[in-house]
Amino acid sequence: MNPSIGKPIDRVDGKLKVTGAATYAAEFPIKNLAYGVSITSTITKGRIKNIDTRQAQKMPGVIGIMTSENSMQLHYPAGSDPGNGKFAEKDLLPLQNDRIFYGGQHVAIVVAETFEQAEQAAALVKVEYDQQPAAIGFEKNIASAYKPASGLGGAETQIKRGDAEMALQTAAVKTDETYTTPVYHHNAMELHATIAQWDGDKLTVYDATQSVMGVKGLLTATLGIPSEKVQVYALYIGGGFGSKGFTWANTLLAPMAAKQFDRPVKLVLSRQQVFSAAGRRTQTVQKIALGADQNGKLSAIKHATTSETSFVDEFVETAGLATSMLYSCSNVDVSHELVRLNRGTPCPTRAPGEAPGTYALEVAMDELAYKLKIDPLQLRLINYADIEEQKKKQFSEKSLKECYERGAEAIGWTNRKAEPGTLKEGNYLVGYGMATATYPANRSASTAKATLFADGHAEILCGTQDIGTGTYTVMTQVAADAFALPVEKVKVKLGDSSYPKGAQSGGSQVSASVGPPIRAAALGAISKLINLAISDSASPLHGYKEEDITADNGRIHLKNNPNNGETYAQILNRKGLEKLEAQAKTNVSTRQQGPPVPAPPGSPEAKAEEESKNNKAVQEDEKTDRKDYAFHSFGAQFVKVLVDPDLGTVKVDKIVGVMDIGTVMNLKTATNQIMGGMIFGIGMALMENTQYDPNNGRVVTRDLAQYLVPVHADIPEIEVHFINKPDPYISPIGARGIGEIGITGITAAIANAIYNATGKRVRDLPITPDKLIA
Amino acid sequence: MEPFKFIRVQDDQSAIRAALTIGTKFIAGGTNMLDLMKLNIEAPKQVVDINKLSLYQIEELPNGGIRIGALVKNSDLAYHPVIIKKYPVLSEALLSGASPQLRNMASVGGNLMQRTRCPYFYNTDFACNKRVPGSGCAAIDGYNRNNAILGTSDKCIATHPSDMCVAMAALGAIIKVQGPKGLRTIPFNEFHLLPGQTPHLEHSLRQDELITHVEIPPIPYATRSHYLKVRDRTSYEFALASAAVILDIQNGRIQHAHVALGGVGTKPWRAVLAEKVLTGAVANEQTYRTAAEATLSQAKGFKDNTFKIELAKRTLVRALTITGGMS
Ligand SMILES: Cc1cc2nc3c(=O)[nH]c(=O)nc-3n(C[C@H](O)[C@H](O)[C@H](O)COP(=O)(O)OP(=O)(O)OC[C@H]3O[C@@H](n4cnc5c(N)ncnc54)[C@H](O)[C@@H]3O)c2cc1C
Ligand code: SF4
Repeated sequence: MNPSIGKPIDRVDGKLKVTGAATYAAEFPIKNLAYGVSITSTITKGRIKNIDTRQAQKMPGVIGIMTSENSMQLHYPAGSDPGNGKFAEKDLLPLQNDRIFYGGQHVAIVVAETFEQAEQAAALVKVEYDQQPAAIGFEKNIASAYKPASGLGGAETQIKRGDAEMALQTAAVKTDETYTTPVYHHNAMELHATIAQWDGDKLTVYDATQSVMGVKGLLTATLGIPSEKVQVYALYIGGGFGSKGFTWANTLLAPMAAKQFDRPVKLVLSRQQVFSAAGRRTQTVQKIALGADQNGKLSAIKHATTSETSFVDEFVETAGLATSMLYSCSNVDVSHELVRLNRGTPCPTRAPGEAPGTYALEVAMDELAYKLKIDPLQLRLINYADIEEQKKKQFSEKSLKECYERGAEAIGWTNRKAEPGTLKEGNYLVGYGMATATYPANRSASTAKATLFADGHAEILCGTQDIGTGTYTVMTQVAADAFALPVEKVKVKLGDSSYPKGAQSGGSQVSASVGPPIRAAALGAISKLINLAISDSASPLHGYKEEDITADNGRIHLKNNPNNGETYAQILNRKGLEKLEAQAKTNVSTRQQGPPVPAPPGSPEAKAEEESKNNKAVQEDEKTDRKDYAFHSFGAQFVKVLVDPDLGTVKVDKIVGVMDIGTVMNLKTATNQIMGGMIFGIGMALMENTQYDPNNGRVVTRDLAQYLVPVHADIPEIEVHFINKPDPYISPIGARGIGEIGITGITAAIANAIYNATGKRVRDLPITPDKLIA
Repeated sequence: MEPFKFIRVQDDQSAIRAALTIGTKFIAGGTNMLDLMKLNIEAPKQVVDINKLSLYQIEELPNGGIRIGALVKNSDLAYHPVIIKKYPVLSEALLSGASPQLRNMASVGGNLMQRTRCPYFYNTDFACNKRVPGSGCAAIDGYNRNNAILGTSDKCIATHPSDMCVAMAALGAIIKVQGPKGLRTIPFNEFHLLPGQTPHLEHSLRQDELITHVEIPPIPYATRSHYLKVRDRTSYEFALASAAVILDIQNGRIQHAHVALGGVGTKPWRAVLAEKVLTGAVANEQTYRTAAEATLSQAKGFKDNTFKIELAKRTLVRALTITGGMS
């Protein structure tokens, strides 16, 4: 049988989705369901003086109104790891007191028999506030910036090697500019939604989340209930892009209300509410100074980022992280500062750090190339990093030069004229731009269970989830190859916290994390099956050695005599077994410093860990010593734009992304991920931005008519290419992540192309017509 | 959303009778009305569905003009062969608006009556004189990049968002309305009101009146016309600036000029000053630029939208150039 990995198979859940049969969090038919509607604060900072619910209480259908006066007390969650349950606003558990930290903060939940009744009653609740002066406006508060201790997952935020300051002073050629990016919102199609149902002391939650296991952990901690009493489902998720990576208040409010009013409760945030109460990408100001010699060799890079966070948690957009490793340079100084504002808390957004960071760095590189009169692509090659210079490690695999080459070819880079404004097509000025894309390759501990059934089909259970990226499909391919079955015979089940713990869908880590244990569990099941046959005198394979036997298309047979064998079903049926199970846990982590933490005794993961000691695939995988390697994906983004210089409008004419992400597991889903990221980049570069009122600091642009994302007419011809070279160290599958890298570099490539067309260097995103006619 | 009574009427008279009840609103395509209700900006007591009325015709009139029923869908109007041939500016304006799905629902009457897209108007947490008279205007000192530069007042600076209306303003359309006392005709220029001190009053239609038709006068030279829209994304977005232009040029000289601007005015903006400059002048870039300067000399920018003054000029010059060429 030919391997399935690498084949561009259709999405296994495609039909369910297009026919509406896939159930998203808010779509589970629950008997006796009541509807919650959130009331959010209309002040930016202060205290709630009084909530008058009398009129609302009397409205038809109203079951109750939950406020900080009557809501249950929550326990403080300890976690800061989204995979184990990170609450997005650690100092603002919902409805616990009268304090207001931002406009749009939840202040009450109205629960009624119908959604319409809840909405109507919500409009009648009168909230009185004591307003306090708030921290409004990034620029106005920049003086209060402080240095955060660390970023997400303990990421370093202040990184130094050599002496960048000194090197800058003596550099022959320098650039020193400031780049700014606005607040961006994820705008997943599916709104944040939760249904909670109590059955005695057992809680079932249907949640729009990027981490069923994280939500389970968080509910266990905050509600103070044992973990076996909580079950979380997220069978299908309508996009997350980071906004569902941390857990937001809706996930707690629904079970709180369900308990209080003794009814299952559904709570869906409105699009407007998502703009304040469900995360965002923070605003950044990035100062980048580059120093080089006359030949273009970098001698100094300084990248100082200031971003903003809320008063109730700390999130650092680590824009400078990639700068510490993207180019070869002996003197590097990366720093991050934070300003606190009375806004909702930011959180990861597709390529947190790298997306705005590569924008600034890669525009700065373009500026340097112009100063040096060196082709921007050439400048990248001159400063190519053969090793990860900050960590002083080899890259596990890096084929970036090939990416540059193929991208340049595909866009027609030789057509580019260095002098801006010289190429024209009709009324348009033509420009070409490029930039480097990069994103770390993450992998974390994961567990999976494999089952072979006597009817010949097989199943995988894994407590990760498919947020729309294609995890169901790609993992079906992984499992099919390991089971030696056609994909139609394999069913992958995800999105249920009762399954063995899988990775959180964040940091582009799912394929790299859950692929290996899924593969190992399936191989483990086959190994058990082979051993059954070997020890069974009725089997034609009786008495042979495991090494002499192989599996193919639902059958095991002797390697050197395919005729001597039998099907999985034959073995199981003869043995009177309905099914055969195997579990596997791989502890490999590309981020973790110390030794892996063993699973808690008695947990399903502990059992898998035990079984994995005899699993050859796990042992093989874990034998690889990874500490000498830096794991990163790379890519090259090339863009051609047409600019109307009189009207300031930009038409992206063609974009090419060439990605080096290890093994391409499925060309369709892979292309889709990169393409989606590149389209995000068009939005970032040309139109997306969230505006806050300059006087009271609340969100002004809070729906999809005011917050623009690219529409079809904005999206040009997109070419996505892959190097498709397996990463020999990340895992036996060789695939690094792919969800985020597509958005990196692309924004800079567009900005650079606009400069090449017009000679206008806009350093403040998005690049809208007003900035180009100024 | 507030509960409301919903009735469906079969003829114009029943519609008008129903509208005598205070708090009644007609609903046609519902593409604006429903949003306004869901966001608690409007809370009609009674909603009257007028989609069963027979106002779907597009008829050529004996005088060469055209009569359009108020319920004609934006897409049907845009793709009507007579409109494409005789009034390309109207077809282009319609097709530059919203998205295909919306245009398939949106009616001519609803488009005339659509309300502003000022973000503060759509957010009941903010002060807005248009929504709550006397409450103040959050946009004047707030985020006002998309607001108006022409026809503003110290009470409101919201733009009229329609594209169709800009073309109709240039065409000098006539609005036919029916009320309890019979038929009435409103010239396009008098239909929409400037905000002045009463920005909540947006048009001269009375509560109990129904728009039945829009008539476009015969303009033989309107075959030479164009609508140009500049916006932050290529489609499905309101104008930063737009221009509807109709030029009658003989031997290089402009005999007649109709010009209106969108995205910049508190109402669809007939650019009378530009028309004065253009009429009788040589059709060249100099003339176009002078015309644009003349019309925008009245403009006043705010914190975030001063760029619209220059952008509107350039948009108009480009539209005139495309339509009139260079002599
Ligand atoms: C996302 C989005 C983008 C859009 N983009 C654009 C754009 O780019 N350009 C543009 O021009 N428009 C745009 N629109 C607006 C769209 O054109 C209007 O919503 C539409 O024209 C309204 O028509 P309707 O029939 O749906 O009106 P409805 O929503 O049914 O009604 C609107 C108003 O008109 C009144 N009304 C309707 N018919 C009559 C009648 N016969 N007599 C008296 N009163 C009547 C109603 O009472 C109500 O007050 C957009 C809308 C949306 C939602
Ligand atoms: S500009 Fe007009 S619509 Fe906008 S907030 Fe002010 S009053 Fe309201």
